[in-house]
Amino acid sequence: MTDSSRTDRGTTSGILGRIFSRDHKVIGLQYFFLSLAAALVGVALSALMRFHLVWPDASLPFFGAIKPEQYLSLLTMHGTLMIFFVLTTAPQGAFGNYCLPLQIGAREMAFPRLNMLSFWFTVLAFLVLLSAFVVSGGAPISGWTHYPPLSAVASAGPGQGMGMDLWIASIGLFCFASVLGSINFIVTVLDRRAPGMTMMRLPLTVWAWFITAILSLLAFTVLHAAIVLLFMDRHAGTSFFIPEGVVVNGSVLQHSGGSPLLWQHLFWFFGHPEVYIAILPGMGLTSHLLSTFARKPVFGYRAMVYAMMAIGALGFMVWGHHMFVSGMNPFAAFAFSVLTMVIGVPSAIKTFNWLGTLWRGSIRLTVPMMFAIGFVSVFVTGGLSGPILAQPALDTYLHDTYFVVAHFHLIMGVAAVIAIFAATYFWFPKMFGRHMNSTLGYAHFWFTFVGAYAVFLPMHFLGMAGHPRRYSQLTEVHYLQPLLPLQRFITWAALVTIAGQVIFLFNLFWSIWRGRTAEPNPWEATTLEWSQGQDSPVMRGPYEFNVPGAKAEFLMQQEE
Amino acid sequence: MARYPRSDELESPSSIDHGGSGTPHYGGGDGSGDSGDASPDYYQNLRRYRLFVFLVFIGVFIFFTALSSAYIIRRGNGHVDWQTGAFVRDWQPLTLPSILWMNTLLLALSSCALEFARRNLVRQVAIAPAVAVPGVAREKKYSAPWLALTLILGGGFLAGQFLAWERLRAAGVFIATNPSSSFFYILTASHAAHLIGGMLALIYAAGLSIFSTKLEREVVVVDVTSWYWHFMGLLWIYIFLLMRFAQ
Repeated sequence: MTDSSRTDRGTTSGILGRIFSRDHKVIGLQYFFLSLAAALVGVALSALMRFHLVWPDASLPFFGAIKPEQYLSLLTMHGTLMIFFVLTTAPQGAFGNYCLPLQIGAREMAFPRLNMLSFWFTVLAFLVLLSAFVVSGGAPISGWTHYPPLSAVASAGPGQGMGMDLWIASIGLFCFASVLGSINFIVTVLDRRAPGMTMMRLPLTVWAWFITAILSLLAFTVLHAAIVLLFMDRHAGTSFFIPEGVVVNGSVLQHSGGSPLLWQHLFWFFGHPEVYIAILPGMGLTSHLLSTFARKPVFGYRAMVYAMMAIGALGFMVWGHHMFVSGMNPFAAFAFSVLTMVIGVPSAIKTFNWLGTLWRGSIRLTVPMMFAIGFVSVFVTGGLSGPILAQPALDTYLHDTYFVVAHFHLIMGVAAVIAIFAATYFWFPKMFGRHMNSTLGYAHFWFTFVGAYAVFLPMHFLGMAGHPRRYSQLTEVHYLQPLLPLQRFITWAALVTIAGQVIFLFNLFWSIWRGRTAEPNPWEATTLEWSQGQDSPVMRGPYEFNVPGAKAEFLMQQEE
Repeated sequence: MARYPRSDELESPSSIDHGGSGTPHYGGGDGSGDSGDASPDYYQNLRRYRLFVFLVFIGVFIFFTALSSAYIIRRGNGHVDWQTGAFVRDWQPLTLPSILWMNTLLLALSSCALEFARRNLVRQVAIAPAVAVPGVAREKKYSAPWLALTLILGGGFLAGQFLAWERLRAAGVFIATNPSSSFFYILTASHAAHLIGGMLALIYAAGLSIFSTKLEREVVVVDVTSWYWHFMGLLWIYIFLLMRFAQ
């Protein structure tokens, strides 16, 4: 094969060729900006919700006063956008696509055209989802988990007609795109590694993307099956999820014998692995960054790999802990409870090894390193409320309160977003050839880190005081009156934290064109994406910093 | 196992480029299999696409496993009669149309036909280097007729499935009639949708067989399509057994 045929593959000239590119780097950036757009919408929705919670009667520009059903649709769309189009898309689709082939020394993903197809299906899914805002009835109101019968009956509320159908269509497309994408990732890792790049020489980022891809393949297909059945209940008159005698708007439905619990089982069989789909890439990245900036090998590389595998595998056995109050058999709840607490073991191994990596390291507190350390902090804080919620007895009280909101936002939302920021600052020199401004980066870090704690830590107290979640207006409720100042504080903290993200956006776009030009290997990292075109095969593992007797402070993976 | 690249496959060291092309790359072959020149890495492509189709099996299998588990759960569901307080299961066993046996036979035969095509093509590649040797007779390439036969039999299967639907509808059994019929329609339709994907791949393979001179590419397409097709056959047998014995 000639060189010319190799260099132009995937980057067909012309505008269309650039837009519908098969180049993994272009697709990675496309995913990045798609998830950035989704994050902006999702954050705007959360700001509206926080605003409404403490000033329910305030009239907003363009919006008027938010009605209860509008609040529920904001809640649903915020969850859907953030979980699918930010937390699933950015860590895996954006950075995985951009960096995985580079880090394993592959020219491309295994199937570049399929990769392009995955991305454009995701875009289509995003547009279909957003269109739910503008159809009659508006966006769906049954929450991102869409429990039936509310989600299965079009007349159950505004947004449950066309809006809900669009949600199903969007997630169907998203599932398809994710499954194609995950197959591409798995084949790429198994089949396209450079000579000498054994599995145990893979950077932990690659391991994380690989395991995440396996989880996606197994989880999204189940969600797909579930939404097919839900669609049939809505449009073909079947009764999979709708029980006998449901009364909606004064009339009895004709359905009979279905089980809302069946939906919950199918949904959470997807939903719990989805948590790990969001967070595993962040774990891999954190290990990678802590080692690089502590100038030490990862403490317990193999243990890290096996811990990620264990988390991935256990993730498929614990879905029932989302259903403790659903009326499920208490013996099943006991099993799910024990298995859930078992996940604490590999999680603790990872945390211990992160600290072990930092221990007596020559720590360089760069902006990505700050975010990586922030990840460990948030992961521990959010993780510690996990074993509490894993107790069926405690969960019965806490399940529908802000305690759960605090838990999953810290462990999944904030931790994953902090990892996305770390990845952005770390790989920006690779992606755009320039540095992001580090003064603005530090400012952004402190706004985000302190802000996230200020928002979500007090929510634990709201939850323990029994403040229920998902309600649009509780300011008049007597026993919640003393909590109103805390709610106001959270809203102010949220608005300040959101304002802090403007620093990031400015820094991002300013640095793309005006940032300081980056050196080829600005962080003195060892992995292949920073190497400068040596042809030699991979000689060693990815984290050889300050190896006793070595000729240099760090050894690139390909160096002789 | 990673394949060591030949020297001409290795990119020459290029100047530093932050766009990423300065990174050395290994692993030959064209990812999308459509760069226009026949890949010298026939076995590598074959392995990569087989891996792809194997992962597709897993995805499709999980999809049908989710439907099957819903099937098993739903079969035991019902409601509590508010007058007597008794639990009433509402699942009514469905008598499967007998034409399904015929359809199963058609699908099995189509798998055999496709296997003839695949084996013929694989032999073509294997003997290709020896053809130039005087006295070595080349086996005739006859993949196209077998592919066409597979398509016809596959089409026959789909038509048969449609007839089974028609029989049920004529008997007044519709998708919403009972959970058993709901699952019958959904399982058969989902399987048919996946089979149609295989038929599109077959049509592509047949097109390559007739119009393309690139034997290796045709072999890869036919090979992975036939694995997928056999999997569809096994999947159908699984669905058929589930619906036959778990009523």
